[in-house]
Amino acid sequence: MRLRVEPRLVPSRLVRFGAPVTGLLAGLLLSAGMLELFGISSPRALAAIVQSGFAGGLYAISDTLTVATPLILCGLACALAFKARLWNVGAEGQLFLGAWAATGVAIALLPEGTPGWLAIPAMAAAGFAAGAAWGAVPGALKARFGTSEILTSLMLVYVAAHWNNYFIYSAWSDRGFQMTRLFPRAFWLPRVADLASIWPGAAGLTLHVGFFLALLLAAAFWFVMFRTRFGFELKVSGISEKTAHYAGMPVKRNIVLVLVLSGGLAGLAGACEVAGVVHRLQENFLPGYGFTAILVAWLARLNPAAIVLVSFLLSGLLVGAREVQPSGIAMMLQGIVLTCVVAADFFSSNRIRRVP
Amino acid sequence: MKWTEFLQNLLAAGIARGTPLLFAALGEMLAELSGVLNLGLEGIMLASAMTGVAAAHLAGSAWVGLLAAVVVGALFGVLHAFLTVTLRCDQVVTGLSLVFLGTGISSVGGAPLVGLRQAAPHFAQLPIPGLCDLPFLGPVLFSHPWPVYLGFAAVPLVYFFLAHTRAGLNLRAAGETPAAAAAMGIPVARVRYLYVTLGAAGSGLAGATLSLAVTPGWVDGLTAGQGWIAIGLVIVGGWRPLPAALGAWLFGAIHRLTLDLQGTAIPFFQDPNTGFFLNMLPYLAAVAVLVAASLGRRSGTAPSTLGRPFVPGTTR
Repeated sequence: MRLRVEPRLVPSRLVRFGAPVTGLLAGLLLSAGMLELFGISSPRALAAIVQSGFAGGLYAISDTLTVATPLILCGLACALAFKARLWNVGAEGQLFLGAWAATGVAIALLPEGTPGWLAIPAMAAAGFAAGAAWGAVPGALKARFGTSEILTSLMLVYVAAHWNNYFIYSAWSDRGFQMTRLFPRAFWLPRVADLASIWPGAAGLTLHVGFFLALLLAAAFWFVMFRTRFGFELKVSGISEKTAHYAGMPVKRNIVLVLVLSGGLAGLAGACEVAGVVHRLQENFLPGYGFTAILVAWLARLNPAAIVLVSFLLSGLLVGAREVQPSGIAMMLQGIVLTCVVAADFFSSNRIRRVP
Repeated sequence: MKWTEFLQNLLAAGIARGTPLLFAALGEMLAELSGVLNLGLEGIMLASAMTGVAAAHLAGSAWVGLLAAVVVGALFGVLHAFLTVTLRCDQVVTGLSLVFLGTGISSVGGAPLVGLRQAAPHFAQLPIPGLCDLPFLGPVLFSHPWPVYLGFAAVPLVYFFLAHTRAGLNLRAAGETPAAAAAMGIPVARVRYLYVTLGAAGSGLAGATLSLAVTPGWVDGLTAGQGWIAIGLVIVGGWRPLPAALGAWLFGAIHRLTLDLQGTAIPFFQDPNTGFFLNMLPYLAAVAVLVAASLGRRSGTAPSTLGRPFVPGTTR
């Protein structure tokens, strides 16, 4: 008896959804094994993650959705680029610069007394623009010279980190601490907790308006991808750049445009983090959302609705993993899960037959 | 400090710091020439650098650490080969997943190691008797821990292997025209498995060189992007060992330059604010060099099936 691998011409619904779910479960099992290998009790770690990420009542859910916000935005950023088979893996750097620009508008540009309705959109716009500019660099280099956008977008993450460090440690440092001063209260994104005067149950819920913006942008992503010419062109370029070129599509312009939009979304995520969560720019306040977003986009198969769902699940993992030491656990679990889901893809596009 | 002394220190440190990049780049070159892109270098280097320190600490021997690191690198290679050759997964995504995996493992496993810097055994300087007393060249070339000398030897060895041996030609055939190679009886899948594993073992050696010889000890995120720079060096070097090696040593020197400049008496470099921007230098240089490389040549030197799985029986 031998085994033979043959492609599935039309993958059935069952395998298309079953394979990644099976991969996810296998990944979780392997993760548990890996934790044991490092001497960490896996049932206790996983229980802690579930407890503080999902099952801890309204507060836990609010925390999880707050963390999901940058993941959704960066996940959309990655998915947009991946659709066109442009590997923007530098969302982390674009996020940093978005956070930087929003901070700059809040503490260095606008006078203290600016009303919130003016300041908040200005911060968001600055965040988007800075992220877009940072994404435009690998885009332009790719379009003009054919330089690998994987490497350039990644190198720029480190540049952005050092750029931010200059402002955090030196230029905007608050009395020598590794952070800027707090933004004026009017510049904070409105939070659910602000509704406490109407609904007392809302007190202490940190979820901010950025989450709803992220949902809106997920819907916009769907519209652009499936209902506009630009979205169609992206998908064609992603499948075959030559075909797109032959059909007269502006391939090079689209490369730059995709990375500008992708960087902009990630920059917006950075602006939301400083305006909605920490209310200042500080050292190490981000646990690698821009990198996790790569995983989000891939697990969601670049589908915006799935990006929202996957972001929710992963942010629960991130929130829960805060409670478990050491801090690298979340990253390791992400790696195992991604590997397993990618491997599971094989079984949705191929089947194994027994050959007598 | 005289400028000759400055240059001597810079070159010596550059060659030492470039050696991990060199091993990682040569390994990646083997994998890519066989047709498989491995973007996981950063993660593999981190995991093996951590393993190296941990094993050296436990066994009380740097050699055990090095061996363990190379084995961990090779295991990552087997995993990557399984995903890309057997399961024919998207090589970009599998590579990225290895980065997550390796970074996470290094961070979890390395947590108890942070601060061991003095305790773990490592490879000391091994000046070559006689040669190390040469003026200028002695300190630059012949006063290093032994992995640096292995790096010197690896460059001509890999060059000779790729250009002048049957196995090297088979390797390149598997990456260039796998269908023809298969028709000639070269087991393409097996060849790719072998060199992906060997290449990742190179990253393992790179990680161990970093954590056991060049900057002994473990800190979280030790490599700081060197795995990615190594991938860039393969491209910039046009998939040839010598240019990639020169690039590795150059980047080692650039890394060092950011420290050395701040030690000079020039006021501009002594301003701590300049340091933030000097730290960007290696990464900006990497972008600049990548652009220059894509300017200098149109496609043609990259292995033609790089990143594409080979399906036996097809003519792709």
